Amino acid sequence: MRVTLMNKSYGIDSDNKVLPVVCVMTFIVVIWYGFSILLNAPWEFDKAKRNSITLSTTELVSNTWSQKRPKLPTPDQVLGEIWDTTVNKKVTSRRSLVYHVLITFYETIYGFAFGTGLGILLAIGIVYNRAMAMSVMPWIVTSQTIPILALAPMIVVALGSVGFGGLVPIIIIAMYLSFFPVVVGMVKGLKSPEQLEIDQMKTWSASKVQILFKLRAPRSTPYLFTSLKLGIAASVVGAIVGELPSGNGGGLGFRMLSGSSFGNTLHIWSGLFAAAILAGSLIAIISIIQRVVLRRMALES
Amino acid sequence: MVQSEVINVSNLDLTFETNDGPVHALKNVNLEINKGDFVSFIGPSGCGKTTLLRVLADLDEPTDGNVTVNGVSPRQARESRAYGYVFQAAGLYPWRNIAANVKLPLEIMGYSKEEQLKRVKKVLDLVELTGFEKKFPWQLSGGMQQRASIARALSFDADILLMDEPFGALDEIVRDHLNEQLLNLWKSTNKTICFVTHSIPEAVYLSTKIVVMSPRPGRIVDIIESTLPSDRPLEIRDSKKFTEISQRVREGLRAGHIDE
Repeated sequence: MRVTLMNKSYGIDSDNKVLPVVCVMTFIVVIWYGFSILLNAPWEFDKAKRNSITLSTTELVSNTWSQKRPKLPTPDQVLGEIWDTTVNKKVTSRRSLVYHVLITFYETIYGFAFGTGLGILLAIGIVYNRAMAMSVMPWIVTSQTIPILALAPMIVVALGSVGFGGLVPIIIIAMYLSFFPVVVGMVKGLKSPEQLEIDQMKTWSASKVQILFKLRAPRSTPYLFTSLKLGIAASVVGAIVGELPSGNGGGLGFRMLSGSSFGNTLHIWSGLFAAAILAGSLIAIISIIQRVVLRRMALES
Repeated sequence: MVQSEVINVSNLDLTFETNDGPVHALKNVNLEINKGDFVSFIGPSGCGKTTLLRVLADLDEPTDGNVTVNGVSPRQARESRAYGYVFQAAGLYPWRNIAANVKLPLEIMGYSKEEQLKRVKKVLDLVELTGFEKKFPWQLSGGMQQRASIARALSFDADILLMDEPFGALDEIVRDHLNEQLLNLWKSTNKTICFVTHSIPEAVYLSTKIVVMSPRPGRIVDIIESTLPSDRPLEIRDSKKFTEISQRVREGLRAGHIDE
């Protein structure tokens, strides 16, 4: 009885997702086109004034929606730019968006992998060692209160001075952001077995390592996947922020920064979209693995 | 037959420190259990019967007194894997199938793969779960899950079996059936069993020795040596002897309450 009730209430969310999403999307697109007119119009007025012509409304609208260097490009211009820089450019070219996505992807994955590893190790330490829980946890929390934007240039300079240039500092920054949700989630996950399960292990005189691998680790998998999704999103942000001060000449952060420097808003917006798509796809991949694994383990909540 | 002592409890005292002040869980408990005994601990909630079992298993530590299991301290007994413990909940791992769940203590204790397979087969047969090896816990009924949990406690063949209300959450029909099975198992293996329950018929039906306990502070009010024959069909519960023993248990429980 309870099960069917629960399924029903979930059903409302999952079955009718499409309509609300389409509604919101439409709304955003309409607003966006409106703002494109609003923000790009002054330039059109100036041009018309210089040439001493008056613009009809239709001319104004079509002009503001097709500027070469608009203040706010329209969605179709952004999509056009993305199409042009993915399909029409060679991947090895610095003009290709894919080239920059791949660099950011590479940094993200490495930062995420190291961050997850570090996070899990710290969580194990915190769960098994009281002294470590007391001493390390406050520092972990503090580490996340420092604005990464301020810290990133220092990491780049410091590592650069000891010979670690290139992607290493960026990977470190991505790791710095992604380890945190993993620590927090895994501490909770590793502590999630019930007292009965711990007692049971005790009656078999199991060692701490055996309890970790046979009980705590499998019990923590639902928490792990939640953490991984947060961690990979944070890692994408870390990679992009890390690219800004490193001047490496590649990656979505670099692309957006150079777009900003040269007033090329299309580069900024296409970079932004690419970053969102990258983060979204990575989270989606983890979600699929999560569903398969948790169903296998009968741990779905 | 010379009876050898397996468990000895003398002057056991246990006080829990709680936020509402100390709770006297066990007071001056004295008890001897011999090899092959089937001992039931019965009493209302709060009488310390589970706590006593947990002390024997080294899951709780006594404040005062002396406890030996197999002649050594409960800790040494636990570390030498002297007992199997069955909890009130089956506590099977949902990500392991039944065979893998039963195998878990064997993996921990470092039995060889071959030996693990052999033992799992043997104990699943003992609790009549052959054929369910590949099933997962959620595919089994509550009674079957509890049987799997008993199989797991039996898998490493300890001489002592400690059971904390293992059938408490099951309905009466399933319970009768499991009680019968448990008796057969006890007779065929000659294990020493300590069994916590709050059902009088269950205690009388199963035990060779019934320990009646009372709360606040938790203590033993009566120890009854059962005079029932070792052969016990379910119908024995209608016999005069059975009623007499039940009566004495009931009196013991009542006396404990009047004390308050």
